[in-house]
Amino acid sequence: MKGLSINRRTVTLLMVLLLLLFAFTYVATSSGPLAPVPITVVEVEEQKITPTLFGLGTVEVRYRYRLGPTMTGRLLSLNSDVGDYVEAGAVLGEMDPVDMDDKVAANRAAMQRASASIAAAEAHVKDSAARSEYAASQAKRYKQLALERNVSSEAAEAKSQEYLVAKSGLAAAQATLNAEQQTRVMLQAEHEGLLQQRNNLRLIAPVDGVVVGRYIEPGSTVMAGQVVVEMIDPKSIWINVRFNQLQSDGLTKGLPTTIVLRSRASQPASGRVERIELLADAVTEETLAKVVFDQLPVPFPPIGELAEVTVLLPQLAAAPVLPNAAIKRIKGERGVWRVVDDSLQFTAVEIGVSDLDGRVQITAGLELGDTVVLYSKKELRANSRIDIVEQLVDDAS
Amino acid sequence: MISLAARDIQHAWGKFVFTGVGLGLLIGVTLTMAGVYRGMVDDAKVLLNNSGADLWVVQQKTLGPYAEPSSVHDDLYRSILGMPGVASAANVTYLTMQVRQGERDVRAMVVGIVPDGPGAPAYLVAGRQITRSHYEAVADIATGFKLNQVIRIRRHDYTVVGLTRRMVSSGGDPMVFIPLRDAQEAQFLKDNDAIINERNRSAANPAFNQTGVLDAVINSQSSNPFVNAVLVQVKPGFSAEKVAEPIRRWKRFQVYTRAQMEEILVAKLIATSSKQIGMFLVILAIVSAAIVAFIIYTLTMGKIREIAVLKLIGTRNRTIAAMIMQQAVGLGVIGFVVGKVSATVWAPMFPKYVLLEPGDALRGFVAIIIICILASLLAIRAALKVDPAEAIGG
Repeated sequence: MKGLSINRRTVTLLMVLLLLLFAFTYVATSSGPLAPVPITVVEVEEQKITPTLFGLGTVEVRYRYRLGPTMTGRLLSLNSDVGDYVEAGAVLGEMDPVDMDDKVAANRAAMQRASASIAAAEAHVKDSAARSEYAASQAKRYKQLALERNVSSEAAEAKSQEYLVAKSGLAAAQATLNAEQQTRVMLQAEHEGLLQQRNNLRLIAPVDGVVVGRYIEPGSTVMAGQVVVEMIDPKSIWINVRFNQLQSDGLTKGLPTTIVLRSRASQPASGRVERIELLADAVTEETLAKVVFDQLPVPFPPIGELAEVTVLLPQLAAAPVLPNAAIKRIKGERGVWRVVDDSLQFTAVEIGVSDLDGRVQITAGLELGDTVVLYSKKELRANSRIDIVEQLVDDAS
Repeated sequence: MISLAARDIQHAWGKFVFTGVGLGLLIGVTLTMAGVYRGMVDDAKVLLNNSGADLWVVQQKTLGPYAEPSSVHDDLYRSILGMPGVASAANVTYLTMQVRQGERDVRAMVVGIVPDGPGAPAYLVAGRQITRSHYEAVADIATGFKLNQVIRIRRHDYTVVGLTRRMVSSGGDPMVFIPLRDAQEAQFLKDNDAIINERNRSAANPAFNQTGVLDAVINSQSSNPFVNAVLVQVKPGFSAEKVAEPIRRWKRFQVYTRAQMEEILVAKLIATSSKQIGMFLVILAIVSAAIVAFIIYTLTMGKIREIAVLKLIGTRNRTIAAMIMQQAVGLGVIGFVVGKVSATVWAPMFPKYVLLEPGDALRGFVAIIIICILASLLAIRAALKVDPAEAIGG
């Protein structure tokens, strides 16, 4: 009995001690430096990737018109407001003409007067011509009569002199007529000039477009050249995109793009690269490009809105591809941890292009089907013990 | 020869094991405290490891970028790249702030990185590295963020594309990595209201409010050409100090090597808090040692009558001493095992990192055994002094 009870006690005690020992061994090997590092692996696969570039831009407009007077004056009226669609030639506003209309009226009166003067001069010419004609025939007759000795030569000379006077009178009348006509031409030209100046006081839409700014209200004095109304041509809306120079390789004109406006994140629009600017931003190390919409969104986005632009480069031929999380940099060398027979081997690789989903082409260093470490719970070393698992985080997303 | 100690333990194994477990829990607390201290130091070291840098170029006469604010121009890295022995150099910014996700916000250190450069997270546990130059983030798993969640840093929303682990600041705050340019903006640009206020303030200043000037002023106010540090990796074959010296001398910037940075972080940044923990650890260790000694002493004193009987029947002193010592050491071993297991079990539940180093465990084990032996010596002395007559006496 006694032996049995001792035995039972011994067994229980041993079991407790064994349990403790087991727990200790488990703890010692599953944590701390002796524990294997859980990793997940991925195989080098052949895939076609579409490299993409990503840039941020602001909505801008290519053609922007700032309308204002050419001379200083007061704004009389402004009959357009922000958001108004206007046609080319529409009068958006007008400057106060002050005495311009009076000047036009005075000018018009002067022109009428000039017309009247012309009529008077014409009548004078006619009168002079008639006189001259009569004097000519009289002079001719008296000359004949003097030859036949019927009148004195004195009388004949008097008629001849009368004729010369009449002829001069005609010439003077014609000159007067000419002068009056020229005066009229001058006044006409002045009139046209005044009308043009009068017209110049109107702010006229140069193209079909929409008013985006109204900066001065009627009654205010405006300096020459100051902007009163600003309008844009919405058809010329584009996006000024900035690409980080590290990620702008392959950017060329005409590439298709996806445009996501900040206000309409759920409705991506399509577009294309219109221009790559030849001048880059040296300070921010960015390359600038202009991207146009294939179809302008309605209503068009506000100028200055932020937009994310993704440029799709042509799809590349299938090549060995790895996720970018697999690529590490150790002592300045880029490479991957290859899993060979449950041990790790750092292999230097050369990488090619990548896409925005994080897939990277491997151009050298690995073969198709090689198994490499994708994720690890710790930074790995060549002598790390590893434990390959399906995933490291249960609910990553 | 039967072991007296084993016999005695068999006799009252429950008492023995439970005393051991109690002792173990106390040892577990001590080990955990050591782990908290080690974790603190490790947080500082891991920050340096994760940056992947050999040198830190910071503003002159500062202890930046971790211990003191530092700002250098963001084009400095270009001239650093041209210095002898520099393999790569990259800008980096650090900013500890609250990162919003839905209704909650998490205290995190936002790190602005150049993708693929030094400073980028060295390994991931899910997702991918940043590929876009804006509005993507890789977050430490301790932030609780998930893949594809949208988080808000200042004015902008970022999509979490990757998760990493053990990427923390020296204060233990998890890191969130975002592209450098966004981080520069986040560090400088406040919220929309602050920007509007700033604009209005500039507009109200008659010195600025002139045609053309105001726009220029606002523009220059709302751009940030600064970063906190330039991380440098040196070429193989060059010593860090050799590369650092010309930069200090000719570029007129402060440069720290890995060892100096570690010194700054451990000796300066976390000095007070680690000393606090260290002090507590020392007291805890002393208290634990005292309790272990008392337990063994009381355990032996509880058996004083049995020991008297043993003496009475002529057991040798050596046998009695061996019994007591074996029991004490056994108790210590059980205590250590329980302590180690319990510390390992509850360590991951701590909000900050607790690093249980095998070296600490080993030192702890040796200390426990020594304490047990010393305590048993006291008990042995008391046991050997006992009068055999007590066995039969009242």
